[in-house]
Formats: sequence, structure tokens, C-alpha cells
Amino acid sequence: MADVALSKSGAVMRGLLFARRGRNRLDVTDWLTYGFLVLGLLIMFTPVAWVVLSSFKTQANLQEFPPSILPYSSETAVVEGFDQPLPLFDVNLKDGTKARLAQIRRVGRNAQMISPDNPGAGRLTVAVTDAVPVRKVRLAIENYTNLIASSGQAMGRYLYNSLFITIVATIITLVMNSMAAFALSKYRFAGSSVALISILSTLMIPATVVLVPTYLIVSELGLVGNLWGVILPTVATPTGVFLLRQYMLTIPDELIEAARMDHASEWRIFWRIVLPLSSPALAVVAIFSILSRWNDFLLPLIVLNRREVYTLQLALNSFQSEFEVRYDLMLAMTTLTALPLACAFIFLQRYITTGIASTGIK
Amino acid sequence: MTGLQKVLGIGRMPWVFLLPNLLAVLFFSLLPVAINVFYSVTGSDRLYPSERPFIGSVNYETLFDCTNYLDASTCSSDLFWRALGNSLVFVPIQVICMIGVALLAAVCLNREIRGRGSFRAVFFFPVMLSPVVVALTWQWILQRNGALNGILTWLGLSPVNWLVFPNTAFFWSVFVTVWAHMGFYTIILLAGLQSIPRDVYEAAKMDSATNWRVFTRITLPLLKPVLLVVFVLCVIRSVQTFDELYVLTGGGPGSATMLIVQYIYEVGFAVQPRNFGLAAAASLLLGVVLLIFTGLQLRLSRNSQHG
Repeated sequence: MADVALSKSGAVMRGLLFARRGRNRLDVTDWLTYGFLVLGLLIMFTPVAWVVLSSFKTQANLQEFPPSILPYSSETAVVEGFDQPLPLFDVNLKDGTKARLAQIRRVGRNAQMISPDNPGAGRLTVAVTDAVPVRKVRLAIENYTNLIASSGQAMGRYLYNSLFITIVATIITLVMNSMAAFALSKYRFAGSSVALISILSTLMIPATVVLVPTYLIVSELGLVGNLWGVILPTVATPTGVFLLRQYMLTIPDELIEAARMDHASEWRIFWRIVLPLSSPALAVVAIFSILSRWNDFLLPLIVLNRREVYTLQLALNSFQSEFEVRYDLMLAMTTLTALPLACAFIFLQRYITTGIASTGIK
Repeated sequence: MTGLQKVLGIGRMPWVFLLPNLLAVLFFSLLPVAINVFYSVTGSDRLYPSERPFIGSVNYETLFDCTNYLDASTCSSDLFWRALGNSLVFVPIQVICMIGVALLAAVCLNREIRGRGSFRAVFFFPVMLSPVVVALTWQWILQRNGALNGILTWLGLSPVNWLVFPNTAFFWSVFVTVWAHMGFYTIILLAGLQSIPRDVYEAAKMDSATNWRVFTRITLPLLKPVLLVVFVLCVIRSVQTFDELYVLTGGGPGSATMLIVQYIYEVGFAVQPRNFGLAAAASLLLGVVLLIFTGLQLRLSRNSQHG
């Protein structure tokens, strides 16, 4: 965790690769730097922004090519004698004049139109090529309401499943990892190095390699199609133990000795002294756990085999085939799935980057 | 717990604290490796070990049964060789692109510029997104009537079916995975750059060394340990790429973007009858490769701490 201190002193450590030539003059490397960063900003951010923007487009608007940048929707007007509001079109009439008409229905290449101000004038038949829809910029919020309405219970279910897995797995991970880290950092006992090595050796066993046996163990425990079947295999994260142990080593042993003098039980020492003092490291482990559990895909894909236990990620993946033509719903669902983490990111990015920097180097 | 301490005595308490984690490690990491070995030498599509007959090295022979190793279609498990071949092309290209771009970004972010924090956050942002969201985002952009073809049309070029042709699909697989994960490596490299002492640069400035010279003679050599660690990490994770590509291309068109983990998934879980033995054999081979790289990483990071 020494690197945490390092990045805190980032202001001091601005290891400048190239100092600026002269005062306040941008030299060519500065221009290159800014150029690269702005390009990066565009490439990194635009795709996500585009999906969010697209999720507010109506279905008709989504099917246009080339796509419009802003979400548009057709203007409509309520015409006497029709229950539904009719879409408005700017029409070039045969006599050369322009008129704004409402379309009743389209038949092949022609459309039947009616003047909204003067419905008594009867219907006109207009070639589709002469009519341009009247549009205004509008956010199609109905994509989201339709999504919630059409899958009503299910959406809530998926969200609940994802939240349940994320929260429960993270709590178990924190408790288990910090208990192990406490034992490995504050006690000298025979077999401690064996225990540490056996925990760290699992770093070398990626989940993808033990996919088949994990599935067997989960099904032997009767947890296929059960949220616990996704939680249990993921809780013993070696990196969590490692991070916490490194941090707990910096807690002075005198504190613990003093507590023992006062007849505090070991459990109490752990719970009341060591855990509160390790909160910065716990925060990093928690964030990592939340991130990876929320985004997990392969293990849920094989363990959660019924719709009722799908996580948001699995539901989103299955929408892909079901809603092939309903891009409006799919984009809304994609945005909703990305939303919680995007919000968390704004608050937590500093901790995450610190955490990654300290785990990656060691 | 206090009761436990009275019963066991203080000397046994560390084991009490260790027990839950060790159990989890045993059941979901160490035991599975042993089971994997067992699966790979037994046959049939049954899941339960007692129902699986011993068949020896048949699964391995099936994987390696080729008349010509350079031509996947001559193998009895041609999909495995296609996946292996794809991985052998995908991993080097992806790792080189990833580290190149991440290093460039880290170097830029390490300079004194306005809005450093926000730029850093922007580069890191895609790492937060779930693989499914990443894949669907790019699918939306790359589809026939997507934004990218819209831009091409606007520039007067003709639109392309990006994910329909093997080569373009492969290109975008690399691009999308680099896009999604480069932020992670950028952060590690940035931390490495920031731990380089400043006075080295001060001295270089005194000698009025050119930027390029400073970069190649000072920054790169001092960053080497971190770069090595990043390289190994990147390889380990790149070999295991699955989620994004499974959603983006499904391994298609044909099997052009199917990598080794997807092969394991297809053989063991997606295609009926499920061939657990073959999947286990393939995972063990993957495990051996990863083991070599992980050992390398541990050794390198130990050296980088002492060196």
C-alpha cells in the first residue's frame, strides 16, 4: 500500500517527462499531448454518450440511416374524427404550393392526408416522396417506461438478483478476507506461511480454467439456478487477502498487546481495533468486489439457467436475441445497466485508480 | 467467538480466523484443479464423477489428433485448433496495441497539463462498464445502419458490414477489448511513472537532453520493471478474453473471433451433448500456459520491488 501514499503526493511527484521550454509557451510536445488526450477523450467517451443519446430516440428515429445526432420525434396533431393524434408532414402539393398536412395512413408509395386546420376539406392522396415529416427534438422517455412496463416484474427481479449477488458477495468477501488477513499479519504460528502460500497460489488458478469443476461443485451443493451458486465460488479472492494483509502489517502490534492486557478477546480485537483501522484498504477491496460482481458474466451464464434468477447482465445479453428489432428497448436497458456503476464511478474513481496502482505493481 | 477462544486457547485462534477463507479456497480453487484432472481422463456427458468411465488420455488425443497441425480443418477437434489459432493471433496483437496505447496515455497523463484528473477518469471510464454493455455499445455503433457507417456515408464512402467479414470482425474484437481495458493498464503505468524520482529529469534538463532522448534513455529503462509486470498481466488476461467477444460477435463470423475460453464454454456447456472431458482437458492446457506466465509475473514483481 506504499503506493497509496505515493499517489497522494502526486502533486509533489509530478514527474514531468518534458518540462516546458520557456515560460508559458506551449511547445510541440504539449500540442501532441493535448491532441492525443482530446482524441482519447472522444474515442473513450463518444460511444457511451451515443448509446445514452440513442436510448432517447423513438423507434422510427432509430431506423433512419444515416442516424440523426439528436433524438427527434414527429410532430403530431389531433384532428377531429380521429382518436389517435396524426403525424404532421410538410407537403409539396401538385399545384406548387406547400401545406402542412396530417397523415391518416400510408398505402404503398402514397399517403392519405388531411388538413388538420380544415378536416372538412376531405382527404388528399399525396406521393410519399413529396412529403417531409415535421420533427422536433424530444427525449423519448417512453422507451424507459415501455421497458419497465413490458417487462415490469422481470426488470425489478433482474435488478434485485444483481444487487443481491453484489452486496452479499461483497460482504462475505470483506469479512472472510479480513479475517484471513488478520490471522496472517498479526500472529506468528506454525503453518502461517503455508496458509499464505496456499491462498496466494489461487492467483494462478483463473476462474475460466476451473469452469467445469466449479459447475460440478455448485451442482453438488444443489445451487444451480440459485444466486448462492454465483456468490460462493467468487468470495475467496486472493488479491483481497493480500491487500488487507499488507495494510494490517502497518498497524502497530503494541495496540493489540495493550488490548490483550485489558483482557479483550481476539475476536473483539479484530472487530474493534484492527477492522476500523483497516478501513482504507477495506474500501478498496469493497470497490473491487462490487465492480467485478456486478459485471460478472461467464459464471452466471453457466450457473443461472432460469429467467427468474438472471442478473441484469444475463438479461441484457438475452435481450439481444429477443429484441432484435426493438432497439429502443435494448438501448434503454443498456443505459440502465450501465447507470449504477457510472454514478459510482464519479464518486469512487480516485480510490479505484489508487487500488489498481497498488495491486498491479506488487 | 469468545467461547471458542476459551475452548481452543489463544494459540489456535489464527486458524479459526483463517478457516472460512481456507475452506473457500479449498472448495472453489484447489479442489477444482484436481477434479479437472479427473474429468479430463474420463468420458461421457455425465456430470457426476461416479457415472464417468475412465478413458485415459483419449480426450487429449482427440484434441491433438491432426493430420496437419497447420491446417485446422484436418483435425478431429477442428474448433479447438481454430480457437487456438485465433488466440495465437489475437493475444500478441492485442497485447502490443494495449501496452502501446496505455503507455502513450500514461506518458501524456504524467505531464503537467490542465484537467489531468478528468482526463485520467475518462480513460478509465470504460473499465467500469460491464462487458455486456461494452459489447452492445459497439454493436450499436458497428451495425449496418450504425453511427460508424453513418460517418462513412457522410464522408462520401460506402458503408461496411463490419462484423460480417472475418478480418474486420477480428479488427474490431481487438479494438473493442483494448478500448475496454486500456484504462486499467494506464493507471498502473502512470503509478510507475510517478515513482520515478524527479531529480533524474532535472539533471537531464540541465544537460538539455531532447525529449525523445529523455524518454528512451531515462523513462523507459526506469519503467522497465513495471512494464514487464503490465506485459505479463496483460497476456494472462488477454488469453482469457471471453465476455466482450461472446456478446459482440458470438465468436463469429463462422469461428473467426472464437478464442480458447469460448471453445471451453461451447464444448462443456453450450453444445449438446456436453463434453465435460474435452472442456476439462482444454482448460488444463490453458491453465498450464497461464501458470507459466503467472510464475513469471510473481518473479518479475519480486525483482521490481528489490531492484
